[in-house]
Amino acid sequence: MATTPREEHTNRPMRVLGTRPVRHDGADKVTGRAIYGKDVQMANLAHGKILRSPHAHARIRSIDTSAAAKLPGVYACVTSADMPNLVDKMTELGEGTVNLAHLGANVLARGKVLYHGQAVAAVAAANADLAEEALELIKVDYEPLPPVTGVLDAMKDDAPLLHDDVFTNEMGKRANKPSNVARHIVFEQGNIERGLREAEVVIEREFRTATVHQGYIEPHVSTALWNADGHVTIWTATQGAFTARQQTAELLQIPISRVTVVPCEIGGGFGGKISVYLEPVAALLSRKCGRPIKMSMTRAEVFEGTGPTPGSFMRVKLGAAKDGKLTAAQAWLAYDAGAFPGGVIGPGCMCVFSCYDIPNARVDGFDVVLNKPKTAAYRAPGATHAAFACETVVDELAERLGIDPIELRLRNAAKEGTRRVDGEKYPRIGFVETLEAAKASEHYQSPLSGANRGRGVASGFWFNIGLKSSAAANVNPDGSVTLVEGSTDIGGTRTSVAMQLAETLGIAAEDVLPQVGDTDSVGYTDVTGGSRVTFATGLAAYQVGLDILAQLRERAASIWSCDPEKVTSESGVFRANGKSMTFKELAAKLHHTGGAVVGRATVDPQGATNGFGTHIVDVEVDRETGKVTILRYTAVQDTGKAVHPSYVEGQMQGGAVQGIGWALNEEYVFDAQGRMLNPTFLDYRMPTALDVPMIDTIIVEVPNPGHPYGVRGVGETPIVAPPAAIANAIYRAVGVRMRELPMSPPRVCAAILAK
Amino acid sequence: MNFIPRLRERLYVAKKLHVTTTVNGEPAEFLCEARHSLMDALRDTLGLTGTKEGCNNGNCGACTVLLNGVPVDSCLVLAVEAEGAEITTVEGIANLGHLHPLQQCFLEGAALQCGICTPGFLVAAKALLDRCARPSEQEIRFQLSGNLCRCTGYDKIVRAVQEAANRLQEVKR
Repeated sequence: MATTPREEHTNRPMRVLGTRPVRHDGADKVTGRAIYGKDVQMANLAHGKILRSPHAHARIRSIDTSAAAKLPGVYACVTSADMPNLVDKMTELGEGTVNLAHLGANVLARGKVLYHGQAVAAVAAANADLAEEALELIKVDYEPLPPVTGVLDAMKDDAPLLHDDVFTNEMGKRANKPSNVARHIVFEQGNIERGLREAEVVIEREFRTATVHQGYIEPHVSTALWNADGHVTIWTATQGAFTARQQTAELLQIPISRVTVVPCEIGGGFGGKISVYLEPVAALLSRKCGRPIKMSMTRAEVFEGTGPTPGSFMRVKLGAAKDGKLTAAQAWLAYDAGAFPGGVIGPGCMCVFSCYDIPNARVDGFDVVLNKPKTAAYRAPGATHAAFACETVVDELAERLGIDPIELRLRNAAKEGTRRVDGEKYPRIGFVETLEAAKASEHYQSPLSGANRGRGVASGFWFNIGLKSSAAANVNPDGSVTLVEGSTDIGGTRTSVAMQLAETLGIAAEDVLPQVGDTDSVGYTDVTGGSRVTFATGLAAYQVGLDILAQLRERAASIWSCDPEKVTSESGVFRANGKSMTFKELAAKLHHTGGAVVGRATVDPQGATNGFGTHIVDVEVDRETGKVTILRYTAVQDTGKAVHPSYVEGQMQGGAVQGIGWALNEEYVFDAQGRMLNPTFLDYRMPTALDVPMIDTIIVEVPNPGHPYGVRGVGETPIVAPPAAIANAIYRAVGVRMRELPMSPPRVCAAILAK
Repeated sequence: MNFIPRLRERLYVAKKLHVTTTVNGEPAEFLCEARHSLMDALRDTLGLTGTKEGCNNGNCGACTVLLNGVPVDSCLVLAVEAEGAEITTVEGIANLGHLHPLQQCFLEGAALQCGICTPGFLVAAKALLDRCARPSEQEIRFQLSGNLCRCTGYDKIVRAVQEAANRLQEVKR
């Protein structure tokens, strides 16, 4: 579908968008009534648990579940032998593709285990404790193999090889021997050598980042029932009911029509609840014993068995003329994909220089498999790493050239028409506007004083993807409208989508009653990810509104006995030939004019555009301990039309604080055998309320030309800038350049001592 | 079901214990095994699933309930410790269908996104406001530092608690 044209009535002042109604699911969520995955109950429910690998790399010689199966109260055991043999086939997950054979082996290991914590077998029993006890009776004979957990180590020729069927894809050409390097991406524009020759200053630096987790508070949980008629129903915590259905059906090799996925309320995802883990296993167990099976992970299982976001090694070189104009940019990025190919290196390469207009650039990216959990998307996947590297070098350039860091960014800022290094040309974007707003902000203009204090700035970019969304709505006789949409609601999108329908119909936000449908009750809708729901599912809601208005104009015409073309509808009032009727009045007459009015829409928009943000942070560094305290924080972002400003601010604040955690504390710590040493929230230290100040927000609204109300995606951009902004602030505070994440107290302390 | 005695033996579990307690102002009783947590009893036995599990080891606060007015991680309290106690869960914060000012302020102030941590925050914040009418921002942050939220960045949660404190004061006046 081409870019959606603006409808005439969207040029009027908006009545619903930009207001702050209470979210429609709010009362359920503050009273404890909302049903999340773990709250699902049903008759004859049994509980499943997963046996996980104690080795980071080993061959499985045999698995013997017979003793576990004999334990009274155990209903079923499964291993990968119970799963169909899966061939190499790429399947679309909405935010990336996955090889089905690899996905299957990640769900239940086949032949080899490739990380500590990988699922090997599963048991269903009368209760979870018994299931856990039965796991201890499963005998697995492993032949341990040497593990590799560092991304550069894994790239070496003599590194332990994870897969004998992974060959480096070198710009579409397949190498002739197996490798841990699954893919080498190259993006190039202009002439990098010429650009470097033209530069007055060239700075090249190396960066490392640790593996971090999305850290959603709700562990993965799924309940599956393989019914006697062969139909599989799955109640689960997922970011995408339809992609969960597709993955499950393909892994079990059954038609999608035999799988229904019911998305429960979801306790956070951030990209980590797209891939399936428990769903197919629970289904297999249910098939074997005929009972519904509930499976939930412990927190340690979440850390060790689900997708974190990768660790990385990066080298970035920037060249600039005396006036600060960038002449050349080069990046060499190696991201670990975890145990199976298909990490987030692609977007990392696209994002590394995405904020700037650079005539000569080259990016080399490597997707590297190693013995860590298979990585997953995490809020702007791949972009935060790259921005940490690029934005730190930009700051160093600004310092070297004696130019204010925001001014330097302004001189190079990407604008409409700028071509990104991967070839994409920007439509109307608002990066310059965020920089100008940051520069003019009270925060940036106010002095910062005190010893060991510093202020840092950094910018960040993320795409908004479009993808497919469906919605349908029924007009009720009392003038309310029930809306069923396919996007699982992870942070208030029922409301941001409903508001766009209300705006279109000219009724109040409260008069639209939104609900998220399961895979049998709404049309195909892609995952809640890519900052797409308010944009794309909102667009579907808008088109549902147009459909309803067209039908209602016909009803009004039949009442007034006039030509439907003569009826106008604006702000919830229908008019023709001097007569008028409100939306409510007309709705009350539906039963006498032909019955219900049902609006529907399905979209696959291309006009998603891009989100840019600029963050300002003040820090204080304790020289003795290396502890960094955030004193003040301001996030500025071009959000397009802010549909519900409170939730837009909330996305910016939440993303910033996740970025602060990534910057200062969060990391997977592995021992030499590749075991994670800190799989608890005590030792994997996410920010608490006490660790951060209020997060100020400045919303810049540059309308998205590809959406009738100018909406852009908001959710992911805010996590991109924080680590670089904080690194730059630390430098201003104590004079050390931090080039490794997290910038935890020991690292900062060591850097200060080494100075 | 002849496996049950053997099962109990295997799990070193004696017969179930009878616990009499008060939950959200109403008398309640349940049977539990000695090793079961209060969170298990509330969620699985009494069906009060508003109390959430995020880590089951006392680090996230999603399962916070009041035990005799004191906020505790119910995953770290044994169910038998509820004997004779007064327990308040998120289901007991609203009064006869009327939302508590904290609940109202969380909604109006958009202090939740995914909502999984919200019950724990509401209970912890209620404990604070029950004993301290005008907490400072720092006191609020300290009191809530046992509760993890991954969505909001805490800004709107802290503001919602401040606003609820103000409204409770206005009601008193």
